[in-house]
Amino acid sequence: MAKAMPKTPLLDQLESGPWPSFVTGLKRLAKAEDKPYADMMKDLLGQLEHSYETRKGYWKGGTVGVFGYGAGVIPRFSEVAEKYPASKEFHTLRVMPPAGMHYTTDLLRQMCDVWERHGSGLIAFHGQSGDIMFQGTSSEKVQGAFDELNEMGFDLGGAGAGVRTSVSCVGAARCEQSCFDEAKAMRRVVNAFLDDMHRPSLPYKFKFKFAGCANDCANAIHRADMAVIGTWKDDMRVNQAEVQAYVKKNGRKQMIDQVIRMCPTEALSLNDDDSLDVDNKSCVRCMHCINVLTKALKPGKERGAAILVGGKRTLKIGDQMGTVVVPFHKLDTDEDYEALVELAKKVVEFFAENALEHERCGEMIERIGLVNFLEGIELDLDPNMIRHPRTNSYVRIDGWDAEVQKWNARKKSAAE
Amino acid sequence: MAELRRPTESGVPDPFPYMHPLMKKNYGHWAWHDRPRPGVLHHVAQSGDEIWTVKAGTQRQMDVGTIRKLCEIADTYAEGYVRFTVRSNIEFMVSKADKVAPLVEALTKAGFPVGGTGNSVTMISHTQGWLHCDIPGTDASGVVKALMDELHDEFTHERMPNRVKITTSCCQINCGGQGDIAINVQHTKPPKINHELVSLQCERPAVVARCPVAAIRPALVNGKPTLEVDEKKCVCCGACYPPCPPMQINDPVNTKIAIWVGGKHSSTRSQPSFHKLVAAGLENNAPRWPEVAAVVKSILRAYQKDARAWERVGEWIDRIGWPRFFELTGLPFTKYHVDNWRGGRASLNASAQLRF
Repeated sequence: MAKAMPKTPLLDQLESGPWPSFVTGLKRLAKAEDKPYADMMKDLLGQLEHSYETRKGYWKGGTVGVFGYGAGVIPRFSEVAEKYPASKEFHTLRVMPPAGMHYTTDLLRQMCDVWERHGSGLIAFHGQSGDIMFQGTSSEKVQGAFDELNEMGFDLGGAGAGVRTSVSCVGAARCEQSCFDEAKAMRRVVNAFLDDMHRPSLPYKFKFKFAGCANDCANAIHRADMAVIGTWKDDMRVNQAEVQAYVKKNGRKQMIDQVIRMCPTEALSLNDDDSLDVDNKSCVRCMHCINVLTKALKPGKERGAAILVGGKRTLKIGDQMGTVVVPFHKLDTDEDYEALVELAKKVVEFFAENALEHERCGEMIERIGLVNFLEGIELDLDPNMIRHPRTNSYVRIDGWDAEVQKWNARKKSAAE
Repeated sequence: MAELRRPTESGVPDPFPYMHPLMKKNYGHWAWHDRPRPGVLHHVAQSGDEIWTVKAGTQRQMDVGTIRKLCEIADTYAEGYVRFTVRSNIEFMVSKADKVAPLVEALTKAGFPVGGTGNSVTMISHTQGWLHCDIPGTDASGVVKALMDELHDEFTHERMPNRVKITTSCCQINCGGQGDIAINVQHTKPPKINHELVSLQCERPAVVARCPVAAIRPALVNGKPTLEVDEKKCVCCGACYPPCPPMQINDPVNTKIAIWVGGKHSSTRSQPSFHKLVAAGLENNAPRWPEVAAVVKSILRAYQKDARAWERVGEWIDRIGWPRFFELTGLPFTKYHVDNWRGGRASLNASAQLRF
């Protein structure tokens, strides 16, 4: 006789309402009596209901993996397995999606088939890590699931103290604001660190993220140890006829209130003929006016990315945004992309050698200071790296003259 | 024993085999875009090619039945190519304008709300929670489902001053990240320690090192080596719990929910900002978290009514000031809102600029 469906009066309340219900999906899996996972999903529902009743979680980690890798599987063992034995093991495989998260229906169906054979039939697109999460399988089935996905061309993502799965925005595939080839940069960089992803041995996690412009649709600045964010160096491009058409259609008040006045550095002004006056030396490439006037305004032609290092969430010293370490890295030729990979290698290597255990890159920089970090990875100082110079006088400056000479020499060689 | 299969370390897959042909053809050569209606984007390439994208909400944790239903819609009403956004919305790309309306209708009929573009409240980014995490104080999928039911009309319409990104997190590590509105677990009591298990399960020096306020120290209880917490110093963050499960931080009564506002990743207009605490002590009230929904909605209503076009939540508050924010939302202002962590003095008003 088939195992009975658990009673789930609390979860049942999440089946009503207009948003798609994950509970309805879980129940569908639990009721698929012809599938190997039906009983597992019944007990999973039972345990989840138990969590809702008692307001506590009942999963514990452990050590489960695939042959050759030390990361990529998130092991979950139930603490209440006596009551819910069929879901006593409910591990997740973190699998890296195609850069930009593109799928054909054929690929999605193949993934569903694999996960019906080897797992629970429950898949998340995607986790906060950027992985496809194949959620729910037993220790003995992990290897078989991975082998099939790996044969399809998919690889496990990161977990633990290693390089993690990355994210890039849709970028060049469908966005006119893209300032570099996000998918190419992401694949080049991340695929250069697969050893550090699959066999984690860094002081702590290290994340890369890639966003094509300052709108930062990849949430890179705060969520990445190394964020690559698109920008440009020359003047932004203006189609004055389209600017005038926008003003004609929407009125001067809207143009002034929603575009001119919202420029953070007052770099915009409206001419008497309703064309736009741009002070490009004051522009900080924030994207606001370009977002509003998508037809009239565009990033410049000399494109690349700013590189910011050290973003992270709370643990241990508090939140940090990434800060600029390269104001402009040209991303045009293959060599430019290779240079990005080389820089990433220097950053990770310095992090591996200098961070304390369980210390993120931003915390290490906080501890040792930006200047020591820059010297370690051999990058030149730039005023774009600071909000303002120091305001306290507690600093020993007996190397001042030598530093001035360095600055002057750099300026001179740049001018030549 | 059979030889084990060695992995192919293929890394991040090439997206081009899975990309809509028009996106492949015009890769890096797009000209401009607009939004014909909420949930629909229209991009025009330099070549003159046009592509329409229909965006729909999902439950993120999807059973194969749901995924196959989305595939069926993609094959019947779109062109077999989809992508997901970082907030778990699904996007269907089509090459003709007249395919948009039937696709929107099919998605709506199948229960996938179309929206999440422009100045809407888009899908709440969420974490794993009770379904799969090993340290959660609350659920994630359930909070998101309950909230998105309430905010459904704001997902399908574009009537906010600017986009609103809401996040949830089930512990104070905050995997959900920064948000215009962030719904995060906040513990209110120190961990309860099972002294019998500490020396068996925990690497004690690593746990001591993990504490941000140095409140954990080695101890002997009933002759067994264990750890103890200086409860006066403890900030109840729960950082000791992941490396040492016998230091249980989650509690059915004392694990509460806090609401934070004004987080922003983009450098657009204002610089990126962290979210700030505005409400706490809310009941972790499964399965629908009505107290949380009420606070989120009161903040959204005030923002919708008072903010100017293009102002994100944090930018709106920067303009109107915190006194007005607390007045408009009716939320109480307490001593817990004042930052006393290192560097916290930088968040005080060091000026004679005042608002009445």
